[in-house]
Amino acid sequence: MNDFAALLDRLAYEPRRNAKLRLLQDFFAGTPDPERGWALAAMTGGLTFREAKPALIRGLVEERVDPVLFGLSHNYVGDLAETTALIWPGPLHQDPPPSAGEGARGAGGRGERRPRLAALDQTSPEAGFPSPDPLRGPPSPAEGGGPLPGPGHNNPPPHVPTLAEVVETLATTPKRALPQHLAGWLDALDETGRWALLKLVTGNLRVGVSARLAKTAIGALGGHEADAVEQVWHGLKPPYAELFAWVEGRGERPESLNPAPFRPPMLSHPIEEEADLDKLDAEAFSAEWKWDGIRVQLAGGRDSHGSQVRKVYSRTGEDITHAFPDLAEAITFDGAIDGELLILRERRVQSFNVLQQRLNRKAVTGKLLEDFPAHVRAYDLLAADGEDLRTLPFAERRARLEALVTHLDHARIDLSPVVPFATWPDLAAARADPASVGAGADADAIEGVMLKRRDSPYLPGRPKGPWWKWKREPHIVDAVMMYAQRGHGKRSSFYSDYTFGCWRAGEAGDELVPVGKAYHGFTDAELQKLDRYVRNNTVKRFGPVREVTHGREAGLVLEIAFEGVQRSTRHKSGVALRFPRVSRIRWDKPPAEADRIDVLERILARGEKEIAPGATMEGSE
Amino acid sequence: MPKRASDLLTLTREGLYCPLGRFHVDPTRPVERALITHGHADHARAGHGAVLATGQTLRIMATRYGEDFCARREEAPLGKRMRIGDVTVFFAPAGHVLGSAQIAIEGEGGRIVVSGDYKRASDPTCLPFEVVPCDVFITEATFGLPVFRHPDTRDEVRKLLDSVKLFPERAHIVGAYALGKAQRVMALLREEGWDRPIHLHGAMERLTALYKDEGIPLGETPKVVAADRKNLHGAIVLCPPSSIQDLWSRKFPDPVTAFASGWMRVRARARQKGVELPLVISDHSDWPDLCRTIRDTGAEEVWVTHGQEDALVHWCGTQGIRAKPLHLLGYGDDGEAEPDPASSPAMEEASS
Repeated sequence: MNDFAALLDRLAYEPRRNAKLRLLQDFFAGTPDPERGWALAAMTGGLTFREAKPALIRGLVEERVDPVLFGLSHNYVGDLAETTALIWPGPLHQDPPPSAGEGARGAGGRGERRPRLAALDQTSPEAGFPSPDPLRGPPSPAEGGGPLPGPGHNNPPPHVPTLAEVVETLATTPKRALPQHLAGWLDALDETGRWALLKLVTGNLRVGVSARLAKTAIGALGGHEADAVEQVWHGLKPPYAELFAWVEGRGERPESLNPAPFRPPMLSHPIEEEADLDKLDAEAFSAEWKWDGIRVQLAGGRDSHGSQVRKVYSRTGEDITHAFPDLAEAITFDGAIDGELLILRERRVQSFNVLQQRLNRKAVTGKLLEDFPAHVRAYDLLAADGEDLRTLPFAERRARLEALVTHLDHARIDLSPVVPFATWPDLAAARADPASVGAGADADAIEGVMLKRRDSPYLPGRPKGPWWKWKREPHIVDAVMMYAQRGHGKRSSFYSDYTFGCWRAGEAGDELVPVGKAYHGFTDAELQKLDRYVRNNTVKRFGPVREVTHGREAGLVLEIAFEGVQRSTRHKSGVALRFPRVSRIRWDKPPAEADRIDVLERILARGEKEIAPGATMEGSE
Repeated sequence: MPKRASDLLTLTREGLYCPLGRFHVDPTRPVERALITHGHADHARAGHGAVLATGQTLRIMATRYGEDFCARREEAPLGKRMRIGDVTVFFAPAGHVLGSAQIAIEGEGGRIVVSGDYKRASDPTCLPFEVVPCDVFITEATFGLPVFRHPDTRDEVRKLLDSVKLFPERAHIVGAYALGKAQRVMALLREEGWDRPIHLHGAMERLTALYKDEGIPLGETPKVVAADRKNLHGAIVLCPPSSIQDLWSRKFPDPVTAFASGWMRVRARARQKGVELPLVISDHSDWPDLCRTIRDTGAEEVWVTHGQEDALVHWCGTQGIRAKPLHLLGYGDDGEAEPDPASSPAMEEASS
């Protein structure tokens, strides 16, 4: 576990792809089975165990540390796993066994790689090597970092678990035994180990390594491309012993057992401004609407017993078939369709708001299926009848797709229509007003256009050049910053999340009412200025939240860009913005001139054309 | 005593003020008479009438702001009791940087100690912190959260040396605050046996020379010559934090970016600065030391100047010690935000 933790730690600080690759290769080459296989599974999302809920971890910490101090710390650090790893009283306050080799420290030799643990050993002065600060006694439990009344001198050092042990225990442990295991491991590991363990058990292992990068590293062990690994991938199970045997030349190439594998999707780059199009040849591209749904892949095929396998995958390869039995039922073909998942009522595409109501449900009930019928608008065909089509040009794949969808003739699967255009200005006009070029009533569910080179093969990842997305212009509103909260992750401890409001008529004259929250859209340099502004203009503090000056005379106007407006029961204003972000900071604009909420109400009225569940053409509702 | 505490010390627009002695402590704006705890720019500003501080702090201020940084200098020898107005004051070592001191103010039968910034960990470049028993203790809380437990500096410096060994072809650029941290890192490197030159960014030259004049051996510390940067394979280079990401540092051979700061304890903070090799070396007290110091002083009341005051105030409550946050603006920029590169480089010391 410590080797894996050390790898993750180094990866977390390493920005360069090639250096990450080298670290991964070194790790995979130098770590035995099954440890490396479990590590691979952890990094590619291939582990299935009962994840520890944040509440469980919080509970464990709060048995050891003052909950208020823990809460403040968590708020500051911005990450539960890291806060816990740092604050955990840990084994370091236990007396080290005598002659534990620490005498070597004076000679500069360090047999073991445990820098943080050793670093903190100053709390227990060693014989013959005075602690730098002999006054420094062990802190008391009330300080949050202190030891519990712990084991005495004769206890053996805690057992540091292997990753394999952790994964296997998690898979077989009943829920009630989980806290005890977890606490034992946390006691045994150093700070880096605790951090890695907690990231793992909470299913939050993001260290800047994509599944693709890990597979590239694996492939490189045997001189294979990542695609070669991808091809056999879905037939394999952790800890991937046969995969390692193959790339190391000790075994046969594994046979893919999955007749309906996931194929990594091809993604697009954004067109930032119309001028970008001048560099592209309009004749070489085909255009489609960009639908406001979620990207899915429908894969089908026959297994060795001849029965049909049906899979619905998310764009990251997550198997979501169980949530969409209505779609799975339509997978009667052998092949893989790439498309957009949408909710259609009366053949009209519903807003993302409606789709979300289907996505966020745990139980898939009959009523849910009836009220939120899922459809796929197909735009590509990756494989058919055992043939990999991804190397064919887009135009040919499209022809095959059209033939398949026509042949299927299934109400759940239709074709993503092609948007006709001859010149870029034609396309700009279509993007500005989709209804005018055949989108009809679905125009509100369109968030722009997609451009695909007719001659482009289907390339997994985000190759630059063949596919472009050109999103609709966002809506804009000038709002006033009202509250600020510290961010998470990269922005932890900066005031980077801003609640903003618009004016409306109140009982005592005009008042600001919050309409949304934005936490991106600004540069790091702007963030520093905003953070400074928040600190210098705080009027009240509510735990992690600061209220900043906001009135007619004083306050900061933020220009907010957003994709749409929804009704909201959570906001006092009754509206909520979709994808709000700060598009400009209006240091110059007096807050009294910020927009009124009526602006948002009007946009809302335009978008509120969704059809009630179960409505008929006659409109019984 | 607590009833009279406000006669001894109160809060004004300029900062902490002693009405009975008619002086300010570490004021953030020009005042008639200032007592200064240490030379960092957020505590020691130019333009006061009279300044009372340790000799080393006075010399640091003169080095930074010029000989005319105030109208009148008064040196405070450590431990010497001085009568000012109706109070008695004396300075005691704070262990923060060269010349740093706590200021004890006595009057009305009680004693208040303004600690300034302080640390308890050992530092070869300054005198160790001395506990001064008092009724009211005024503390910082830069690292006032239990997640901050500073590791042994020797291991952090070895991390740097190990990396130099692993990448002998790459220059190691270490961001460190120009006053205190930089010289401490140099001294620690010498303690760990690094006897090659330690290369300095121009912004660190004068203060480093001052440290050497004060009798602190730092070895050979040549200033980086722009044209030579490309030849500094395997060199250790110290520069102000704002320089670790500029073009200046990109001209070294395949630089490894390191940063010596207590903030490096939190991963996100290291990543925010694009640091590849975080070195957790701080000149402030960590959480256990803040708690220990408050207990050691025996104070029945604690005022928290700046930093993570909420947690420390809460902890004092659990110990039956009265505590309040002062929310002082202008110190350490709340001790959190990375300093704005646009502001003066000296300000960066605030959040070390």
